[in-house]
Amino acid sequence: MLAIVPAHEQSFVEDMKQFDFPESRSLKLKLVMGYDKHRLVTPGTSSSDLALFGFRHLFERGLVAPDSLDGLVVVTQSPDYFMPPTSSVIQGELGLKQDMFCLDLNQGCAGFVVGLAQAFMMLGLDSVRRVALVNVDILSRKVSTKDRNSYPLIGDAASITIVERGGEEPVFANLKMDGTRREALIIPAGGFKLPSSPETAKLEDVGDGNLRARDNLKMDGTAVFNFVQVEVPPMIDDLLSFAGASAADVDWFLFHQPNKFMLQKLCDKMKVPYAKMPSNVVERFGNSSGVTIPLVTVANLARELTERTFRVCFAGFGVGLTWGSMLARTGGWRFCELVGYGN
Amino acid sequence: MEVRLDRIVEILKDIRPEFDFRASTDFMADGLLDSFDMVTLVSALDKAFAISIDGTEIVPENFQNLAAIGKLLRKYGVNT
Repeated sequence: MLAIVPAHEQSFVEDMKQFDFPESRSLKLKLVMGYDKHRLVTPGTSSSDLALFGFRHLFERGLVAPDSLDGLVVVTQSPDYFMPPTSSVIQGELGLKQDMFCLDLNQGCAGFVVGLAQAFMMLGLDSVRRVALVNVDILSRKVSTKDRNSYPLIGDAASITIVERGGEEPVFANLKMDGTRREALIIPAGGFKLPSSPETAKLEDVGDGNLRARDNLKMDGTAVFNFVQVEVPPMIDDLLSFAGASAADVDWFLFHQPNKFMLQKLCDKMKVPYAKMPSNVVERFGNSSGVTIPLVTVANLARELTERTFRVCFAGFGVGLTWGSMLARTGGWRFCELVGYGN
Repeated sequence: MEVRLDRIVEILKDIRPEFDFRASTDFMADGLLDSFDMVTLVSALDKAFAISIDGTEIVPENFQNLAAIGKLLRKYGVNT
């Protein structure tokens, strides 16, 4: 597993100057939510740039042979183009073989679990032995800098996870979706339903002192928070129960990273020690949607996961609304690394 | 645990010192608290009373006014 973060870093203390809020309120929020630093792409950088940088890093070091890849799954909400798919861009730029199954998935915070499930399905085909799962998002481009509810937490990043056959241990998973709640996390304009226009680009006062356009990401924070607290603990209970395991049998809970407070509340509810669920990604890099699970993994367990195996529970939850989890014994990886992109 | 209502008001004023919380019956509608203040408030209440308010209870109705907060805290054995 490789995670790629832009070198450009912004601090919450700097961001605070953009918001029309008293400093003391913002600093209290910083402490509770864990806001501190976030990594953002600079103008001109696309999703494929981050992914290509990661692949070249792996190829040049002999960690993956380009011809060994039979499948490429790219999970992103920030594709280079409406068409062609970003997986085509990556396959073409890297000169990967043509006999290859490539596809893009539009998924967000559950995108690592959904992408893994898709990669496993590909591995069910006789001709597919190794799949590269790319998670990448540069959603900072779609967040209003005047929206204190979203901007301080957003981060840009990419990850490459190589999934291959082997291993005797079963992988347990559950994936859930409730499209009736899709508007809780949405970019209302810019697609075919409501194309971008000068009207949709206009910043509007959306309350609480925040300014946002319909071209920007809109998050109903209260609804999303409640969704996570209501849906995630029973999903994990079901997963563990189906696997015949208990929370105590799990070494690490590697969850999507919305903010520290939300994760600590999940720990309290699930009676999981905070130390088993690292929650430092928002603080160090920002919330990069489907990339946060690989990011929390490489940032906290790089040495551990290359040296030995652990029982790990992954869980992602967000846009869709989608939520999913996976329980697997994994480790002994060839690489588990974090690299910086750009200057 | 018995606590005075003043203690809750003190915690609220630490978050938004400019408001009179005793004068409002709907903190959200009256603009005294927003959704992020609610999170800050939960964190402060958790710390002050050594409790952990369940994540599913972090909804505006439970923080609408002093009576609602008092009712929520009673579930955790904190009587006002």
